[in-house]
Amino acid sequence: MPHNRPYARQGADLSPRLRTIMGDRVRKDRQGVVLIEFESVSKRYDDGTVAVDNLSLTAANGEITVLVGPSGCGKTTSLRMINRTIAVTSGRILVDGDDIRSVDAVKLRRGIGYVIQQAGLFPHRTVLDNVTTVPRLLGVDRREANKRGMELLERVGLDPHLARRYPVQLSGGQQQRVGVARALAADPSIMLMDEPFSAVDPVVRMGLQDEFLRLQQDLGKTIVFVTHDIDEAVKLGDKVAVLEVGGRLAQFDSPANLLSKPVDEFVEQFIGRDRGYRALGFLPASELPLQDLNATAIGPGAKTFPRSGSLRAALDAALTSSDGRAFALDDDGTAIGLISQSEISAFIVTKHAAVS
Amino acid sequence: MIGEAVGWPVVASSNYDIANKFRDYVTDPANWHGPDGVPTRIFEHLEYTVLAVAIASAIALPLGLLIGHTGRAAFVAINIGNAARAIPTMGLLVLAVTWRGLGLTPVLIALVALAIPPILTATYAGIQAVEPATVNAARGMGLNERQVLQLVEIPIALPLVLSGIRSATVQVVATATIAAYVALGGLGRLLIDGLSVRDYGKMTFGALLVALVAIGADVFFALIIRYCTSPGLTGRPTNRMSPIPDPAQPVGAASAA
Amino acid sequence: MNDYFSYLHDNAGTIGGLLRAHTYLSVVPVVLGLLIALPLGAIADTKRWLMTPLLATAGALYSLPSLALLLLLPIILGTQILDSVNLIIALTIYTVALLLRGVIDGLGSVPDHVKLAAVGLGYSPLRRLFAVDLPIAVPVVTAGVRVATVANVSLVSVGSIIGLNGLGELFTRGFQTNDYNMIVTGIVLSVLLAFTLDAIIVTAQRLLTPWARAAAGAGR
Repeated sequence: MPHNRPYARQGADLSPRLRTIMGDRVRKDRQGVVLIEFESVSKRYDDGTVAVDNLSLTAANGEITVLVGPSGCGKTTSLRMINRTIAVTSGRILVDGDDIRSVDAVKLRRGIGYVIQQAGLFPHRTVLDNVTTVPRLLGVDRREANKRGMELLERVGLDPHLARRYPVQLSGGQQQRVGVARALAADPSIMLMDEPFSAVDPVVRMGLQDEFLRLQQDLGKTIVFVTHDIDEAVKLGDKVAVLEVGGRLAQFDSPANLLSKPVDEFVEQFIGRDRGYRALGFLPASELPLQDLNATAIGPGAKTFPRSGSLRAALDAALTSSDGRAFALDDDGTAIGLISQSEISAFIVTKHAAVS
Repeated sequence: MIGEAVGWPVVASSNYDIANKFRDYVTDPANWHGPDGVPTRIFEHLEYTVLAVAIASAIALPLGLLIGHTGRAAFVAINIGNAARAIPTMGLLVLAVTWRGLGLTPVLIALVALAIPPILTATYAGIQAVEPATVNAARGMGLNERQVLQLVEIPIALPLVLSGIRSATVQVVATATIAAYVALGGLGRLLIDGLSVRDYGKMTFGALLVALVAIGADVFFALIIRYCTSPGLTGRPTNRMSPIPDPAQPVGAASAA
Repeated sequence: MNDYFSYLHDNAGTIGGLLRAHTYLSVVPVVLGLLIALPLGAIADTKRWLMTPLLATAGALYSLPSLALLLLLPIILGTQILDSVNLIIALTIYTVALLLRGVIDGLGSVPDHVKLAAVGLGYSPLRRLFAVDLPIAVPVVTAGVRVATVANVSLVSVGSIIGLNGLGELFTRGFQTNDYNMIVTGIVLSVLLAFTLDAIIVTAQRLLTPWARAAAGAGR
């Protein structure tokens, strides 16, 4: 990550002029209530296929809501109904309390950031021109828009030299970042992301996910995110909606609850194996009973885990160490205790007993 | 079967003969001035070509754009294109003259009919070739239909569209010689007049000029296409292609920041 | 209408002769052009460095008007202008230039993984060309053949202004004598000829690509 960011100012604000131009849909205030509500939304096609079946959920303000499910579950259709690139057959979708059909579709879309799987960058324009598309559409002059564009490129972790290049010269991961930057350009309060990280290889994907989480920490947008990968859903989502083939909502819950209390067999199967283990990722390691170090030194084969981290990291460290014991580290990296794998397991048992 | 030439048996005595006649014609200064001079004829020829291609473009471009953008009536576009190609240009010209009398109009009718198919096909193909993901992203971002067409589809389709116009222009240049057959000007005059008085020098020179104008038009359009095509479309980089590392890619064993 | 039919009846002989000549002049250059363009394209496919010069030459020859070529070739070839050899060569050059692009694009449309699989299975380059590359290239190549054929049909008519034999004569004579019947007959026959040849080529394409029909059926 480049540490010097000449274009981005800490907590960069939009210039007042930019803000006025953006129109009334945009709220800079993170505490503003911008949520998306699905009220019994269905999508039925002429030949009878039901893509979305009576979907009702609320994508809360400032949170990442993930729609996940197998092919044909209607996740992309649901997403695209929000920005009206697909029409709702019955029910309604409210943004900020207003029915999306009460606003002109084009105006609606300009206030929503849209990121798709293949990035959809304009090949005939430079990276910078791609990013500044919507601001320029809204009337922002070129210089101001370019300045904002350069800020965004840095914010998504791209080298500023890429600004004058064309999409064809970029790698898949870089193109995706440009797509995200382009969606952020008009500072929308809502972002719709349709499998944005699926088209890149797993290593690049992990990096993109991590940076995306960091970005969201800075920006706090209301995001609806579609993926077919349950691991990605659990990693990124504040709330996850699992959809089945036929467009029915199976479960809408936090990732922790999803992993520990799947509501039916479909959800359980979709989550897959190891869910018990993965659920540990949502339990803190801070309450583990540690043994005193008693001058036990951290040898070369020793494994460590952060005290402020998850139970999963702790168990993993213990399992992979040479003697089944792992060292707990505090935030400064100093060893503060020792615990064995069996002790961790015993702790988990007591936790389960306490809950049920 | 083929030897039965109709009208005048065209016989040249020898190559030497033709070469002589050619030189005679080219070196005669009278041939370079006045209403029957070479420059005038070239100008007339270009005039017919430009008019025909302009009219054909005015018809075929909007049609091709509309059909390509909406995706409807593609059947119509493709089949009209194919069918129009089957109409014999000469026949159309003669028919039009017999109806309308002599003049520029029948010539333009015939040449425009010739120029429409390549332009229509290329325009439609060009718009269709734009990646659906790009158009989808453009719509989703809030570009209205006009803006999608104007800012995204047309610039990307431009090389193909221009190549259609290029192809049409070359064909029209080649065929505009028929104007001379119905008492108009153009380089066809050198061919036909030369033929009627057995002046093979004139004929050959005329042929050479037609060829040069056609090739010239081809090169002209090639340059225009190169100038108008965004570097992002050809994959030709304008700056150094040194790879800028993606920060998400781990370098060696260390993971990303 | 009756006048028209009696006209047709009276002149059937001449018209038939013109039609035959026209068909011959339209079809032979395409066949010859294909016979030349296919090997050239195949060679260019294997030796990539040939592609640019070959396509550049083809481009230049394509923009060379056939009529002009017809008049200029005798100088090089030493033939008469309306000599059959001269005509066929001029038209063939135009057709090759047009088809070469089609052949190269067609062979290029064979997916790389298919080529790789063919090599891996043990096909020699020549067998691979006939067994794999060409059949897959058929759709693109035939598209070019269709355009070339139809263009030739119209082109041969244009040649009538310098005395070329063919349906074009119906246009020139009809024009000189203000004879509608002749002109309309010429147009109708020309269009019919173009459509018939086109249909033949499309049928040939369907016969050569049975998998395309199967794919269309499976799509239901």
